[in-house]
Amino acid sequence: MSGPSDFQPTNPALKWIERRLPIMGLMHSSFVAYPTPRNLNYFWTFGAILSMMLGVQILTGVILAMHYTPHADLAFKSVELIVRDVNYGWLLRNIHACGASMFFFAVYIHMFRGLYYGSYKEPREVLWILGVIIYLLMMATGFMGYVLPWGQMSFWGATVITNLFSAVPYFGESIVTLLWGGYSVGNPTLNRFFSLHFLLPFVIAGVVVLHVWALHVAGQNNPAGVEPKTAKDTVPFTPYATMKDAFGVSCFLLFFAWFIFYMPNYLGDPENYIPANPAVTPAHIVPEWYYLPFYAILRSIPNKLAGVVAMFGAIVVLAFLPWLDSAKTRSSKYRPLAKQFFWMFVVVCIGLGYLGAQPPEGIYVIVGRILTFLYFAYFLILLPVLSRIEKPRPVPNSIADDVLAKSGGKAATMVSSVIALMVAGGLLLGGAESARAAEGGPKPPGEKWSFAGPFGKFDRGALQRGLKVYKEVCASCHGLSFVAFRNLAEPGGPGYSVAQAAAFASEYKVKDGPNDAGDMFERPGRPADYFPSPFPNEQAARAANGGAYPPDLSLINKARSYGRGFPMFLIDFFTQYQEQGPDYVAALLQGYEDNAPAGFTLPEGSYYNKYFPGHAIKMPKPLSDGQVTYDDGSPATVAQYAKDVTTFLMWTAEPHMEARKALGLQVFVFLILLTILLYFTKKKVWANAH
Amino acid sequence: MTTASSADHPTRRDFLYVATGSVAAVGAAFTVWPLVSQMNPDASTIAAGAPIEVDLTPIAEGQDIKVFWRGKPIYISHRTKKQIEAAQNVALASLPDPQPDSARVKAGHDQWLVVIGICTHLGCIPIAHEGAYDGFFCPCHGSVYDTSGRIRQGPAPTNLPVPPYTFVSDTKIQIG
Ligand code: FES
Repeated sequence: MSGPSDFQPTNPALKWIERRLPIMGLMHSSFVAYPTPRNLNYFWTFGAILSMMLGVQILTGVILAMHYTPHADLAFKSVELIVRDVNYGWLLRNIHACGASMFFFAVYIHMFRGLYYGSYKEPREVLWILGVIIYLLMMATGFMGYVLPWGQMSFWGATVITNLFSAVPYFGESIVTLLWGGYSVGNPTLNRFFSLHFLLPFVIAGVVVLHVWALHVAGQNNPAGVEPKTAKDTVPFTPYATMKDAFGVSCFLLFFAWFIFYMPNYLGDPENYIPANPAVTPAHIVPEWYYLPFYAILRSIPNKLAGVVAMFGAIVVLAFLPWLDSAKTRSSKYRPLAKQFFWMFVVVCIGLGYLGAQPPEGIYVIVGRILTFLYFAYFLILLPVLSRIEKPRPVPNSIADDVLAKSGGKAATMVSSVIALMVAGGLLLGGAESARAAEGGPKPPGEKWSFAGPFGKFDRGALQRGLKVYKEVCASCHGLSFVAFRNLAEPGGPGYSVAQAAAFASEYKVKDGPNDAGDMFERPGRPADYFPSPFPNEQAARAANGGAYPPDLSLINKARSYGRGFPMFLIDFFTQYQEQGPDYVAALLQGYEDNAPAGFTLPEGSYYNKYFPGHAIKMPKPLSDGQVTYDDGSPATVAQYAKDVTTFLMWTAEPHMEARKALGLQVFVFLILLTILLYFTKKKVWANAH
Repeated sequence: MTTASSADHPTRRDFLYVATGSVAAVGAAFTVWPLVSQMNPDASTIAAGAPIEVDLTPIAEGQDIKVFWRGKPIYISHRTKKQIEAAQNVALASLPDPQPDSARVKAGHDQWLVVIGICTHLGCIPIAHEGAYDGFFCPCHGSVYDTSGRIRQGPAPTNLPVPPYTFVSDTKIQIG
């Protein structure tokens, strides 16, 4: 569609360049003069959104790589220090981590749009196949990126996914060893994943260039599914599509910012805030939400090799779509049957996503098999048959006719289908969460936290009291190794002065050395030191605690969660509720009962706790009334201690929480203003085209 | 198809364009800030740059030690009588970067010279007790410093800088 450019710069210097490298002409013909069908709806802005997301991920990723250490012993800590110490590190990490989810969210809408409007049909087959390749590359990149923080889910996710290749007959084991670079997932694995995670986005960018090139040769498809015939059918890309895309991107950024600033951990797994431990497997290994449908297909097939083949087949089948669906009519708008089956297929995909997050037992397995069958049946049976038997409705003569025939009702269906998609997406996320619900036991009561909600702030008094409780009670068994004494004097913390923090530090004895004589020695703590751990290592901690390992508490509030049940995750999304961790920790501290209920056999050396999964906890009741003296008149009760120390632990888990929420508010005010302005500018621009 | 002409409602449309464009530009400018700011030293690096204390007792007359502060080598030399005299009896006018010796050491502690051991030419580490002035000699491009760490020959433009330090006691200094 974009022939040789007639673009001629007037400036002599630009002319000189243009004669030798016609890049301005290329840009002009691709992004300014390029004819765009005038009936495109907002599903077409996801192309622009995806380009932006690729840029955002590459930019934040390159920056994060400047601070990240790809070593099995240091990776987890380096990620935590990015969040805690690097200027705006928390923001960059949130953008990158939530960005991965947003990228997949957008790509799924983009793909479903292509499916619905027949964007894969002649002459766009190569364009479509390039898209499938991009999607595969995205999956590989996303998976390897998820491994890098080296948390529990990262480590075990890497183990499980790489083990897929062991299904290959004869060579399976050797392939897996080759992928690992060792006898198990370890440092060499992390190193190569980091290298590839850095490389692949640039490969994606390369294929995206081909994708856009192919798009510009074939021209954009459109909701009517007819090719533009006359100049009346198209508008120039700039300003029409540019403004529309800018408005769409701005709306998307509002959605994105909701996660970055107010729900940063909503899409992640709490398990990944526990450092990787090759000795313990998490109760449920769940991939990120965007892989769940394929994970469900994998688990539906009771044979290892067949399961792996089915999972990969589920993606590869997309590449054959242009030949599986041979219907002449492109857009499902004019295919009454295809349209209905399309929506059923969407439901099947969402259902698979939901099942992917459920434990593979009972009814879930059966439903999983049915949906897996339906998934493949859609591509392999339904579309080929349908394209032969269906009688489509007449398509409009031209795009211009389609625009003229447009009624106001269209916009409403669009909005409702977008909402339906979002709700469905929420379902997937919620499904991921309920994977942990099987642990059983009563749900911790939801507490009122001063730091909850978009305007939440820490209660300084509670932080200071909580620090006291930690120091006098918890510190005898638990470390706080990601928190430095200097942090106490930082904004958003307990409000210590620099001198107070230094004085607090000097009360501790810190191991240092070796000195000139080669000896280790003890010295008073300095502000730059981290809170010392009570035990030198895990073995010593276990030996002193009857085999139990008291976890480090720095991240405990992020590393703990409990299932919220079916509709709650949706409400949680809108209310920005993400205090499962603090609720759980506070409940656990108060959940001790002296006598186990009748019929419950408490193992030797355990204590009964209502909220602990399995109820038999190795930690004896840590708090009792009057144990710590408060000088501010707060009641010296277990309930108060629990609440204070949990508040303090929340701050240790996310010291920049106040900065995050404050910046979030500013960003929202800005984005709303920008979106409104873009809306009116877009309207003004398009007023010319109608 | 019509093209956008600014002739019909010039003022209102132009206002909308300019407003949208400038809000977007402001947003872009603010977005750049975190992306640049992350390159600055992070909080743990800054905390690690805290002052250090150095015990001077083990340094005999005529000897020097090298300590590190904020990633920079600091020379602490215990100067001999001869070196002190040589440093004090120089015609200031003959120096490329004139500074009396008294401005480079702490009053009453003439024997202690504390300088950042980074050549002011291009950042190499000069070697102590070398060169024509028994001070420092930078092998990279031949800068020669005297016993007060002042530049005497070679391409370096200024004297070796004196880091901020104080005497905590007669035998102990705090750098930083
Ligand atoms: S760096 Fe010392 S003389 Fe050039």
